[in-house]
Amino acid sequence: MVRLFGPLVGLFFAVALLWSFGIGAYTAATDPSPPSAEALFVEHPKHVEFSFDSAFGTFDKAQLQRGFKVYQEVCSACHSLKQVAFRDLAALGYNEAEVKAIAKNWASKAQTFDPKTGDRGERPNLPADHFPAVYYAGQGVPPDLSLITKSRHGGAQYVHSLLTGYAEQVGYKNEKGQELLKMFPDAKTPDGLYFNPYFANLNLAMPAPLVSDDQVAYTDGTKATVEQMSKDVSAFLTWTAEPKLDKRKQTGWPVLGFLVFATALAYLAKRNVWADKH
Amino acid sequence: MSFPWANEYKPTSPLMQWVDQRLPLPRFVYNAVGGGYPVPRNLNYMWNFGILAGVALMLQIVTGVVLAMHYAANDKVAFDSVEHIMRDVNWGWMLRYAHANGASMFFIVVYTHIFRGFFYSSYKAPREMIWLLGVVIFLLMMATAFMGYVLPWGQMSFWGAKVITGLFSAIPLVGTPLQEWLLGGFAPDNAALNRFFSLHFLLPFVILGVIILHVWALHIPGSSNPTGVEVKQESDTVPFHPYYTAKDGFGLGLFLILYCALVFFAPNLLGHPDNYIPANPLSTPAHIVPEWYFWPFYAILRAFTADFMFIPAKLMGVLAMFSAILVWFFLPWLDTGPVRSGHYRPLFRKFFYLLVVDVLVLGYCGGAPAAEPYVMISQIASLYYFLHFLVILPIVSSIETPQPLPFSITEAVLGKDEHAVLSPTQPAVA
Repeated sequence: MVRLFGPLVGLFFAVALLWSFGIGAYTAATDPSPPSAEALFVEHPKHVEFSFDSAFGTFDKAQLQRGFKVYQEVCSACHSLKQVAFRDLAALGYNEAEVKAIAKNWASKAQTFDPKTGDRGERPNLPADHFPAVYYAGQGVPPDLSLITKSRHGGAQYVHSLLTGYAEQVGYKNEKGQELLKMFPDAKTPDGLYFNPYFANLNLAMPAPLVSDDQVAYTDGTKATVEQMSKDVSAFLTWTAEPKLDKRKQTGWPVLGFLVFATALAYLAKRNVWADKH
Repeated sequence: MSFPWANEYKPTSPLMQWVDQRLPLPRFVYNAVGGGYPVPRNLNYMWNFGILAGVALMLQIVTGVVLAMHYAANDKVAFDSVEHIMRDVNWGWMLRYAHANGASMFFIVVYTHIFRGFFYSSYKAPREMIWLLGVVIFLLMMATAFMGYVLPWGQMSFWGAKVITGLFSAIPLVGTPLQEWLLGGFAPDNAALNRFFSLHFLLPFVILGVIILHVWALHIPGSSNPTGVEVKQESDTVPFHPYYTAKDGFGLGLFLILYCALVFFAPNLLGHPDNYIPANPLSTPAHIVPEWYFWPFYAILRAFTADFMFIPAKLMGVLAMFSAILVWFFLPWLDTGPVRSGHYRPLFRKFFYLLVVDVLVLGYCGGAPAAEPYVMISQIASLYYFLHFLVILPIVSSIETPQPLPFSITEAVLGKDEHAVLSPTQPAVA
C-alpha cells in the first residue's frame, strides 16, 4: 500500500510545486518586480570598532560614563530606558552618592499615586527606581532604548551609523553612483521626516540628534566630536542592552578551559578503554 | 531481550543486594546503559547523538524549571519578566542563554541523529518502532520549541504564533474556529500565552516518556551499527560500560564546548533581533521568520504560491509542510532494500548526500525573505524533497545492487572472523 500510494502522493506534491514554479517563473520573466528604493539605497552599518567587540573585549567604563552623559543630555528628552534602574549605574563606576544624586536630579520625576485619595503626584527618583517613562508629544513613537542594540541587526554599529548617517537627500548617490531622486522621484522625504540611508525605509522621524562638536560637555578631557559622542552613546546602549556582557565573557573562559581539559582527559580515557578492541 | 552473553548484574555490597531484591532499579540501569548491555563494537561517533539528545533534554528541563520560577506568563509583564531574569536574577542571564541556545543544540543533535538514521537506514526491520517513536519525539520537540519561542512575548513570538496558528485556518470549514479555539481568542493574547506556557512546561515530560519507550524499543533488537550487519556472536559486541560510556564521554565534551562557546560568546547568534522588541499587534515585522531549526519546513510551506486544482495555495503549503515530516513515518516501508548501511549502497548514498544538500538549501531559503530567487529555489528544493522520499527511495531500493557485506561485525573491525562460515560476499539477511 505504502509503495503504491507513496509515489502518487510524491507526484501530487511535485506537480503542484511545478505549477507554482511555472507561474512564478512566468511572472518573473514577463512582469519582473522592479527593485525597491530600500533595496538599492539602504546602507549596511559602518564598520566601527568597540572595546567590547572581541571574545576578550570588555566595556570601557570611561566611555560608558561619557555615553551616559550623551543619553542624559540628548536622547532622554524623547527616549525612555525603562529596563534600566538608576542603581545599575554603579556598574559604570559611579559610587553610591553619585548614583543617588543622578537619580535625585533626573529631569523627569517618578510618578506617585495615592490609592486612598486618588491623587497623582511626583517625587524625586530613588536609586531603586527604573528610568522614568518619557511622554513624547511630537510625531512618531520614540522607541525605548534599553534593548535597542540587541533589537537591531548590527547592534552598536547600527546605532552609531544611524546617528552619524543623516545626509542631504537632493543629489544623494549610493556606492554604485545611482542617484536616489532620479531613480525614484516619489521617494522624496516628506515634511517632518529626515533622510537617513541607514534607516530601514530611508526616512526617519528623528532629526539628527548630534549636530555639533561639544554639544555635550565631556569632563574627562575627551574631545566631544559628533563621531565620538555617537560612538560613546552606542557603547552605553550596548551596556543597557547587555549589562552582564563582561561577566558573561569572564565566566566563559574558565568554563571553556575546564571543558577543553576535561574533554582531553575523556579522549585519553576513551583511547585507554578501547586499546585492545581495535 | 538481550544477547545470551550479556553480563549479569551481581551486586557485591550487602546494601545493593538488599536493594536489588526489593527494587531492582540498579539492575535495570545496568542492563540499559551499563555493563549488562552488549553493543556492537564498531559504532562510530554518529552513534553518540542519541545520548547527546538525552543530555540536551535534561539541560533544557533543568534550566527551564528554574527559569519558570522567575518568569511571569502574562502578556502585560512577560517581556519585562524575561528582562528581569537577564538583569536582576542571579545568573539569570546564563540560565536564559543556556535555555535558548540549548534548544538550538538539541535540534542540531537531533537532526544529526535523524540523518544518521537516514544514512544507515536505521528505520529498517526490526527497528521500525524505534524510528516511529523517534518521529513522534521530533514532532513533540517542534511543538515544544514553538511554544517556548512565544513565551518572551517579543515581536517574533507574537507574529510567529499568529502565523503558525494561522496554518490551521487553512483547513476547510473548521479551520477558523479551530484556530480561535487553539488560541483562546481571535489573535494571540494573554489566553494563548498562558496555555502555551502550560504546555511548554508539560511537553518536555511527555517527550521524556516517549524517550523511555524509544530506548525500550531499542533494547529489544539492540543497537544498529555502521555495517548494518546484525550481531551474530559475542566477539561482535562490547559491554556498553565502559566502552561506550567512555566514547560518549568524549563526544559529550565536544558537545559542551560548542554549547558553552555559544552561550558565553555568541548567545544571540542564532536568535532574531526583532524578538528583543516587545510584542506589538499593530506593527508587523518586515520578515516574519521562525527559529532556524524550522527553516526547511518553513521554506516548504512558502513554496506553494499558486492554487492547485481548486486547492488554495495556503492549504497546499500546510499539507506539504506536515507531510514533509509525516513521510518519515512511512520510511521503513518506502525503502525496502535488503541492505541497511549506506556504505554498501552506492546509488542510495548519492541520493542521500543530495538530500543533505537539499535540506540545507531549504533551510537557507526558509530563513531568507519570501522573494525571488528564494521562492523559486525553495520550490525546486521542495520538489526534490518529496521525490526523494516518495519516488526515488522506493525505486532505488528495488533496482540497486548493493556491494558485498562483511560476514560479521568482527570481520568488519578486525579484517577476519574465524567463525565465518558463509562467503563474505553473501549479503546478510535483512
